[in-house]
Amino acid sequence: MTAVPQAPEPGGRSTVDRLAVLRSQPVVPLLGLLVLLVLLLQLVRPGIVSPSWISTTILFATPLAILAAAQTLVMLTGGIDLSVASVASMAAYVTATQSSRQGDLVAILLGLGAAVLVGLANGVGVGIFQVHPLIMTLGMGLVVVGFLTVYQVLAIASAAAVPAPLAALFSGTSFGFFPNSLFLFLPLAAFILFALRRTGYGRLLYAIGDNPTAARLSGVRAWQVLLVVYVISGFLAGLAGLALSGVAQSATIALAEVYLLPSVAAVVIGGTSIYGGRGGYGGSIVGALILTVLVTLLTVLEAPQPVRQILYGLIILAVAAAYARVAGEGNG
Amino acid sequence: MTATTALAGRESLVAYLRRTLRRNAWTAGLIGLCLALLALTRIIRPTFGAFDLETLAIAALPLALAAVAQASAVIAGGIDLSVGSMIAVTNVTAAVLMKDASTEATVAIALGVLLLGLALGTVNGIVVVLSRVPDIVVTLAMLYVWGGVALLILPSQGGGAPDWLKRLVTGGLFVDELPKALVVLAVVVAAIWLPFRRTKLGLALYAVGSDRLAAFRSGVNVGLTKVVSYALCGLFSGAAGLALTAATGIGTPTVGAYTLAGVAAIVLGGVNLAGGRGGVVGPIVAAYILSLIRTDLVFLGVDPNYSTMIQGGIMVLVVMVAGLLTLRRRRA
Repeated sequence: MTAVPQAPEPGGRSTVDRLAVLRSQPVVPLLGLLVLLVLLLQLVRPGIVSPSWISTTILFATPLAILAAAQTLVMLTGGIDLSVASVASMAAYVTATQSSRQGDLVAILLGLGAAVLVGLANGVGVGIFQVHPLIMTLGMGLVVVGFLTVYQVLAIASAAAVPAPLAALFSGTSFGFFPNSLFLFLPLAAFILFALRRTGYGRLLYAIGDNPTAARLSGVRAWQVLLVVYVISGFLAGLAGLALSGVAQSATIALAEVYLLPSVAAVVIGGTSIYGGRGGYGGSIVGALILTVLVTLLTVLEAPQPVRQILYGLIILAVAAAYARVAGEGNG
Repeated sequence: MTATTALAGRESLVAYLRRTLRRNAWTAGLIGLCLALLALTRIIRPTFGAFDLETLAIAALPLALAAVAQASAVIAGGIDLSVGSMIAVTNVTAAVLMKDASTEATVAIALGVLLLGLALGTVNGIVVVLSRVPDIVVTLAMLYVWGGVALLILPSQGGGAPDWLKRLVTGGLFVDELPKALVVLAVVVAAIWLPFRRTKLGLALYAVGSDRLAAFRSGVNVGLTKVVSYALCGLFSGAAGLALTAATGIGTPTVGAYTLAGVAAIVLGGVNLAGGRGGVVGPIVAAYILSLIRTDLVFLGVDPNYSTMIQGGIMVLVVMVAGLLTLRRRRA
């Protein structure tokens, strides 16, 4: 890491190249950190790490990983989506309250449809009206929270019951320990990873985040790309909400609120630049796993809640700082 | 804005006023909107008088100070998502220490709490500069850290405030129509922000915010300026925490969404989130507008459940209109 960068030699791998590999593959050191945390957990509470523990951890990490997917895509364009948590809560609550009346499938479609609508509103604001993403998604988040409060009063008659298939998918296991949620998550993650690397749309996300002016001058219609990415973000946030209600087997209007900041943190420690243009989904997945294991570790340590909160913040900061050193990125 | 004052003697007063108005068109528009809202309130509730005005001024005081705090971070090109937690820390510290303390001691404590705010902000600034992690990520982590510290100091609502502090913000000065809370705000801002803006560091704040590299090449100490901007942010957050103690008479470790409301207020108030542009008058007026809207919704008998939704909607609409106006200006 301390090596002086040299001019790349044609045909040979120079120090610069090796550093570049490390920069483009933040997943490797992150996986090391994840393993370290798991070892630490095993040290603190011997015998806790078992196939069933791994299975539970994956089940708990899945909603955060899906939420982080929404955040990753938006952040690659240099934006941020602060409405993901409210949208996730909304999708989960709408689905849970409508399932008894409309049937499971219609209820799920209603929940996801509402999430997509909020994403569309975000996309129109950011893409067409050029409102700052922070303020647009913050405002829409407030609108969604307000809508949920009103909706809760109207829907109070019907009890909120999470559809059984959701609970089975997101909190059940197959063959003893294989978490069912992976049947959905693995194809989804593979698709996102593939789309970001190999499809034109995926590359456009990077292009806009890296240099909006250059992207515009090369003929990219940025507003269309942004509109679509916020719709996708809304959809993924809705999906994460359904996953969360499946894990918790209950749905309230504030179900996912606590996941807003972790969704940003998972992406950031996963190596995606908050300024856009750099990073990927692989790091975010590991980031979500790290945060989940971290919470378990802090719980096992039996530290009081405030201390846990302080440590959580400091560790996120430390990982981000370490990453800034490796990648040489930052505001310095 | 400050340079024109010196020249004013040489030009005609009308030309000076016209130019000031043009340069501060957004703020002037906000003041107009605020007055229009006041008139509307008077129409909705003919009995709206000194007492309601006072209630409004007290409710808006912490928000207005939080907005000024956020403005000092954002003008220098940063953002501080930990404002809400810093308000919580100073709020509970004041309430815990002031309970059952003598009057002389509480005066010292009040000053100490402001210094505490300054210290918290300085820590944020130093971490931002040294870690080279993006501002938004650092302050996001600090949101957890300071939030945990507040909970450590006071696990649940409690503490107290001396009578002189409560009297400082209740009632009117000379006449009932001039709420003391408004006067306190004006005095605090005039005593700290206005003199600071005229110093070399005050100018550096804007320089760093508008172009970091250009500021650096012009010999501005970028790191120091950043730390100062966050220290100021902390100082005003401390003032907001103290104001909250005065207004409520107790300490609350988990105070409301002052971070996000503050961001909303500065954006409405014409501060550019990219940095380098805006002042503190706009955000203060915006804070009063946001509070007035809430009051009006209550007076109109709107179900409180709807008010969050309406507030979010108004925020989104206003920034969309602002975005449209800037777009048109750019095309013209």
